[in-house]
Amino acid sequence: MMADLTAAPLTTADIHAQYGEMTRRKRLYGGILLVLFVALMAAGFRTADGRNAGSFRDGITHVFDYPAEVLAEAGEKLTELPGHLVTFFPALIETLNIAAASTLVGLVFGTLLSLLSTRGMAAWPRLIPLFRRIMDISRAIPEIVIALVLIFLLGGGPVPAMIAIAIHTAGALGKLFSEVNENASLKPVEGLESVGSSWGQRMWLGVIPQVGPNYVSYALLRFEINIRASAILGFVGAGGIGYELKNAMSWGQGRYDEAAAIFLLLFVTITVVDQISSALRDRLIHGAKA
Amino acid sequence: MLRIEKLTKRFGDKIAVDTATLDIDKPCMIGVIGRSGAGKSTLLRMINRLSDASDGQILFEGRDVTSLKGSDKRAWQSECAMIFQQFNLVPRMDVVSNVLHGTLNRRSTFATMFNLFPMEDIHTAIDILDRLGIAEHAAKRAEALSGGQQQRVAIARALMQDPKIILADEPIASLDPMNAQTVMEALRRIHEEDGRTVIANLHTLDTARRYCDRVVGMRDGRIVFDGLPEQLTTGVAREIYGADANFSEAATSTEIDTLEATIRAEMAEA
Repeated sequence: MMADLTAAPLTTADIHAQYGEMTRRKRLYGGILLVLFVALMAAGFRTADGRNAGSFRDGITHVFDYPAEVLAEAGEKLTELPGHLVTFFPALIETLNIAAASTLVGLVFGTLLSLLSTRGMAAWPRLIPLFRRIMDISRAIPEIVIALVLIFLLGGGPVPAMIAIAIHTAGALGKLFSEVNENASLKPVEGLESVGSSWGQRMWLGVIPQVGPNYVSYALLRFEINIRASAILGFVGAGGIGYELKNAMSWGQGRYDEAAAIFLLLFVTITVVDQISSALRDRLIHGAKA
Repeated sequence: MLRIEKLTKRFGDKIAVDTATLDIDKPCMIGVIGRSGAGKSTLLRMINRLSDASDGQILFEGRDVTSLKGSDKRAWQSECAMIFQQFNLVPRMDVVSNVLHGTLNRRSTFATMFNLFPMEDIHTAIDILDRLGIAEHAAKRAEALSGGQQQRVAIARALMQDPKIILADEPIASLDPMNAQTVMEALRRIHEEDGRTVIANLHTLDTARRYCDRVVGMRDGRIVFDGLPEQLTTGVAREIYGADANFSEAATSTEIDTLEATIRAEMAEA
């Protein structure tokens, strides 16, 4: 009963030898790969270190000088900290608004692009590569480049930053959404097609209810990323808290107490948003399971 | 050798296992029966320490294993192997690697990350597979095997642990009758040839009768029957399953012989 009916004429000794041979070969390949990896890492590090202005070994000891100085100065003017927090709060709201608006705009365009570039759902199947490339391009160009061009054309302010982040968000969310779409069932779409519905109706009523929770989950994650992005764009003149931070953190102006207050505001905001959105995403995912 | 004393498991206000007491003094093959939700799985999972007991004690050879922690707990788990209904193998790894996982407690994390097992262990694993009749699948991925073959790989992993006790949680519930028979015979042979204690949760009475030396019946978390297979009358079975007079043992059977007998009986009636 224990013998298998399809047993090949192999003795146990043969199997020992064969499997042993296979194991030895796998280990040899693994060992060669490991040696290559270590060698490449070491060589790469030496090249990169050679191109640095100073050497890594000399510089590493100074890495903590700046935070130490910021903390020391902020410590001296600790009593002014609550005042700074109040001063910079409006700028924080502006940064959050930029992030929220760009996430919403990016969500709408990302949804459209993803539906248009998923096989089986696309309105014009032949144009799938076109919409894919549009998403690739909007992801490939750094936000800061788009923002700089728009600031040059439109002048400084929150609108160029919003557009720049929205373009990147549309591309990034479109990519993630189309992967979600691929796992959605096409049967409801076919059902709606059989009653003579338009493409928009099929997508809105047949696809979105299936993928909605996942979309929202990705959009919330993107919102967190966009807060950081809009803070950075402030450095190039797009307003918000980043602009204030750039002014405060330059060397030798004696404004490190303000820089510390801004860091604190950013840190608290990102922590709060992270907590809220992870709770929301958790509920969405568990709701979808139930 | 294994003593369970007033073992209790509570989930919130629900009691899954209720002051279960069991004494196993010599190696034997024990079948635990009862309907689903009776606490059979929870009992085995507590013995293996996959879940913690709320109350009571598990004593193995006089040692209390109920409150072991860290590496002591993992050492106990390696002495008391577990076999699952859904096999719980790593599907993308080959059969021999899955069997070698039985030795993980003896190996360092670093060595196992690179799949570096001693050659003698590899040979032992293949010998165990040969004993279970599946040595020719040694190099295949576990997911490529049939359910019955996968369960035998899981048994091989258990044997690789060289355990004193083998716990089997519904080992044949997702197998067809033919494979179920092969797996049960393998478990029986391991008990007879190696003298290891086997405790198996079973969902059919005739399997328990046919392969076990001792049958334990559970109902609503309590042990309501503990005796020889011969003592397991239809009346006792109705008591364990909480069934009425319509309960017929043949209706729950997965044994080929019993099925045929039932069909013959039904055809004779018609």
